[in-house]
Amino acid sequence: MKIPALKSKFEAIAARGAPAPVAGAEATAPIPLVLDTPHANKGIDLDVTVPAERVVDAAKIMDDAKFMIEAITGVDWLAEHQLEVVYDFTHVESGERVAIRARIPRDKPELPTISHIYGGANWHERETHDFFGIIFTGHPQLIPLLLPEDAKFHPLRKDFTA
Amino acid sequence: MSTDAQSVLNETFVLNLGPQHPATHGVLRIKLTMDGEYIVDADPVIGYGHRMHEKMGENRSYAKFLPNAGRMDYVAALFNGHGYVGAIERLAGITVPERAEYIRVITSELNRLSSHLLWLGAFLVDLGGFTPLLYCFDDREQILDLLESVTGARLTFCYYRFGGVCNDIDDDFVAGSRKFIARLRSRMPMYDAFVTKNIIFRKRAEGIGPISAEQCRKYGATGPVIRGSGIAYDVRKVEPYSVYSKFNFDIPVFPECDCMARYKVRVEEMVQSMRIIEQALDSLPTGPVMAEKVPRTLKPAKGDCYFNVESARGSFGVRVVSDGSENAYRLKLRSPCFSNMSLFRECSEGMLLPDALALLGSLDLVIPDIDR
Repeated sequence: MKIPALKSKFEAIAARGAPAPVAGAEATAPIPLVLDTPHANKGIDLDVTVPAERVVDAAKIMDDAKFMIEAITGVDWLAEHQLEVVYDFTHVESGERVAIRARIPRDKPELPTISHIYGGANWHERETHDFFGIIFTGHPQLIPLLLPEDAKFHPLRKDFTA
Repeated sequence: MSTDAQSVLNETFVLNLGPQHPATHGVLRIKLTMDGEYIVDADPVIGYGHRMHEKMGENRSYAKFLPNAGRMDYVAALFNGHGYVGAIERLAGITVPERAEYIRVITSELNRLSSHLLWLGAFLVDLGGFTPLLYCFDDREQILDLLESVTGARLTFCYYRFGGVCNDIDDDFVAGSRKFIARLRSRMPMYDAFVTKNIIFRKRAEGIGPISAEQCRKYGATGPVIRGSGIAYDVRKVEPYSVYSKFNFDIPVFPECDCMARYKVRVEEMVQSMRIIEQALDSLPTGPVMAEKVPRTLKPAKGDCYFNVESARGSFGVRVVSDGSENAYRLKLRSPCFSNMSLFRECSEGMLLPDALALLGSLDLVIPDIDR
């Protein structure tokens, strides 16, 4: 059972409240910081929200606890003018799952890469860059992976029109 | 040594493997930088079969996305369907009748057998042995007939629904499954003599294509790849879903980390799948195969959840975010082949090209599953 030990580490770096809302955006619900979630109906055991600049620290915590990277993905919260990046991790022995979230403003979608910690993050970040236009600073090869090599569009943004 | 001679020694060339190549089993391209027969760098170029399933998940209702699920990993389509309906059932709080869960396990495991049989034949073709393919396809054909009788399809199954399955299985299916298992079991010693003990195959597979347990963890490689590296990670055991916790079965693990270990994992898994199917057929409960009162148009409450199944290739995960409407706000499909492929660049460095092709074959890639 890795979760209790992880909780205190994450609490130290968790986001203190939601980022300041952009003018004109809908009011955001308060973001849970470090939340135990029932595996049976959420599929994850721990839900953590960290500031975007601390995702590398969060990935190091997961690496030290010997978690496996599951996936990285984004969610476009158009009404709140924010993009969310979700990192999913699994422990191969206990089966515990941790989701780490970070929110970034839509007009400056940048956060650091974790591909130097988890090699598998390289492709997941490229895919997230393809779909959402999120820039992972320090990524060694942030070129289109699934989209055509000259693609300038980001199809999973909610304001995307074909 | 003169600088001219030095530059000749350092000379490398770029070799395109694919996008049309028999060993890639689909439209996969690998940009190889070669030093003679040795790989200096292998950069996979993917996305040729990209269809943006995740966007399709957002612009149609939950039920209308069901056929899409079977078109990612088309060799083991039922698992994708299981992962998708499982995620939506978890989000919407739908309870599935027990008989339907048993049917899901039986059909999924049959699909795993057919997928592994196809892999076995194709892997041997990659290594230059053609004949096993014919035997494998003969066996696989029996499974497709069985699944066709109940799902109506032979490849891109769309059989699971939110709350159950769309058709009940009948006595013919049960009898046919038992007959098939007896047949496949009697043929396993033949495969063993034919392939496992074949010295040419063993020279091509033993000690070739090492993938360490640490690499699996860093890249998220799952399924037979991680179990061939000595880690007993199987979603069916580690986080049991459906009714898998009711059956006795083992998770085959081999610590050698090579192509042979991944081969042995899959062959042993076929034996275990047969065990699961037999137990499920023996204890098949009666009752409905669909939950009552599943609304025609699903509108799960706001929120998100994650659901994983153990597909034939590893952990297939679905993250679904709902905003309360009849379409998903976000549907993330985590495919096992994507993660298994991503470690190829690191693992193939310094390998001989023919050995790298053995490694590629042992990963059991389905390209549309990578590209989605």
